[in-house]
Amino acid sequence: MSTVRALWSAWGFRDYILASVKRDFASKYLGTQLGWFWAVAQPLALIAIYTLVFAQVMKPALPGHDSPWSYSIFLCSGLLVWQLFSEILSRSVGIFVHNANLLKKVNVPRFSLPAIVALSSIANFLVVFGLFLGFLTLIGAFPGGVVAAIVPLLAIVVALALGLGVLFGTVNVFYRDIEQSATLLVSFWFWLTPIVYPARALPSWLEQSLAWNPMWPIVQYSQTIFLEARVPEPGMLVYPALVAIVVVVLGLHVFRRLSGDIVDEL
Amino acid sequence: MVSLRAQGIGKAYRRYAQTSGRLREWIGFGPQHELIWVLRGVTFEVRRGEALGIVGANGAGKSTLLKVLAGTVRPTQGFYQVAGRVSALLELGIGFHPDFTGRQNVVMASHLLGISVELTAELMADIEEFAEIGDYIDQPVRTYSSGMQVRLAFSVATAVRPDLLIVDEALSVGDTYFQHKSFDRIRRFREQGTSLLFVSHMPGAIKTLCDRALLIDQGVVVRDGDPDSVLDYYNALVARQHAEHEIRQSESPAGVTSTRSGTSDAVIASIELLSAGKPVRALCAGDPVTVRIVVEARSALREVTVGFLVRDRLGNDVYGTNTFHLGLSRAGPEPGTRLAIDFEIVRMDLGVGSYSLTAALHSGATHTDGNFDWWDKAIVFQVVPGQRPHSIGTASLDVRARWLSEDECEVHPSCPADFLPRLQPSKGNDMSAGTSEGIKR
Repeated sequence: MSTVRALWSAWGFRDYILASVKRDFASKYLGTQLGWFWAVAQPLALIAIYTLVFAQVMKPALPGHDSPWSYSIFLCSGLLVWQLFSEILSRSVGIFVHNANLLKKVNVPRFSLPAIVALSSIANFLVVFGLFLGFLTLIGAFPGGVVAAIVPLLAIVVALALGLGVLFGTVNVFYRDIEQSATLLVSFWFWLTPIVYPARALPSWLEQSLAWNPMWPIVQYSQTIFLEARVPEPGMLVYPALVAIVVVVLGLHVFRRLSGDIVDEL
Repeated sequence: MVSLRAQGIGKAYRRYAQTSGRLREWIGFGPQHELIWVLRGVTFEVRRGEALGIVGANGAGKSTLLKVLAGTVRPTQGFYQVAGRVSALLELGIGFHPDFTGRQNVVMASHLLGISVELTAELMADIEEFAEIGDYIDQPVRTYSSGMQVRLAFSVATAVRPDLLIVDEALSVGDTYFQHKSFDRIRRFREQGTSLLFVSHMPGAIKTLCDRALLIDQGVVVRDGDPDSVLDYYNALVARQHAEHEIRQSESPAGVTSTRSGTSDAVIASIELLSAGKPVRALCAGDPVTVRIVVEARSALREVTVGFLVRDRLGNDVYGTNTFHLGLSRAGPEPGTRLAIDFEIVRMDLGVGSYSLTAALHSGATHTDGNFDWWDKAIVFQVVPGQRPHSIGTASLDVRARWLSEDECEVHPSCPADFLPRLQPSKGNDMSAGTSEGIKR
């Protein structure tokens, strides 16, 4: 009940949230000469490097996909979703600590801060995702209406990242170690997820021992859409969705329990 | 109409002995913290259009109270209600981001205050004009002086008239010109019904702006009244602390020039001047105070009398009494044991100045009957101006005065209304005759 009220009060601050997202977006490239170029250049460079380094090595692991672009498509479809996840997560961890100045002086609905992070990360995602779709069209690999299947996936990714982010962000107010360890966690997690390498490149015992990883089916779902141009089995998303729900409930619970102490501690 | 109602507001911070204490608490090891109360049972109301000043020493809890009422800090106890929109300037700002320009910050801040996008655009010119920071409006806020930041923050916070304006110290940062300007704006708002909550260390500002004041000391509301009397009380409190410190300092190294005499069959172990249970060396005229004397017997005594004497700066007796006159004579304690007595002085009606306290221990009515121990100037203390009106002399009498109306004079028998007319005719006569007549009579 109080969560609903808190969300409602954040809605009342939508002007602030939207303006913050815009400002966030602008500030990222403000003070740089090439502005938007950088928004695109970074993921582009990353994809180029991985493609150059791994494309040949990974070829045998992608049977049935002989196009020279196969690996790039495989990589992008996983990497973009991962970047959305990791951006929300790593920015949420410091969300209360870095906004101490604001929280101490203004009665901001606390939920507006995660909302800003989520929305601006989604905006960044959409820019790169748009480019990716353009690239697919160019090489004639656009999968068509199947792309819409990405929407429920994105909802789960955002929920999972926000739930974890709010949980970590709240605890981080009291124990700043969380922020340090989150960076480590995200980079380990990245390599424990089949983004750069296909899942079948792993020995089966390793694949099985990584089954707990909710990002695994998420990434595979996205790869299926773009590489095989078909709607994946919805069953793939059951486990990540359940984890996302648990994490969101846990994050909200911890946040509710500690929100009163947050400003005291900042 | 009440615009703010605070009911029993209390705020406690948790203090953990170890940083891991909170973690252990989460895991379920039971409470690991102690509560540090910075506010306790704060209850008051502010009417529509009323300006309430809050005074108190640093760390008294003023700012915490404002933060609670502005909604940034959650109270541990109690609740409050605000009718309408609140605008608050806490810790000199409204959460500006140092890297963004003044203009961007104004936009964000007004959104946070609930001002719509369109209205913000409309108000921008007004805000710029009021803040008078010129071209700086398009520079990052980190390049601003603190005065400029406050000017901009105040301009935004008051761009739209709030129902309750909370200002914490902010205005003391601005220059006199801006202070006047902002006071004017606050005054205009108040006429339209805005209530003001104002913390300041400038007594002048409280007196000009506020029609009521709260004095907060150690988290508790000590006084609630008109600004003049509350500030006077506060000043007395400060003066008292100051005097206390000075007297204690001078007392400790030299031991002053106190003299002791007597047979030492019994001795005065200690004498203390207590106010609210704490030893003091300065008090306000009219304050209650207790003289506590502890005596120790060296031999068996049939009778002991304990007394105290207050003397002024020049050594003149001001007041003295003892247990004999108070009807509390008793036998001495067992040799080697102690006995304590409290003389409660309900109101210390002494005038402003320096006094000494002498303690006496003897048998019978006076110390000439058998003096065990006489301790001259055992304690030096100071009486500082309290709430009482200015007066001179060693006594501070509780005086109430009023002018009598004309008809009160006519009906009152003791009123010499007919005295003047009778005197008038004699004025024409020989003055010396009149005088000698008076003397003869």
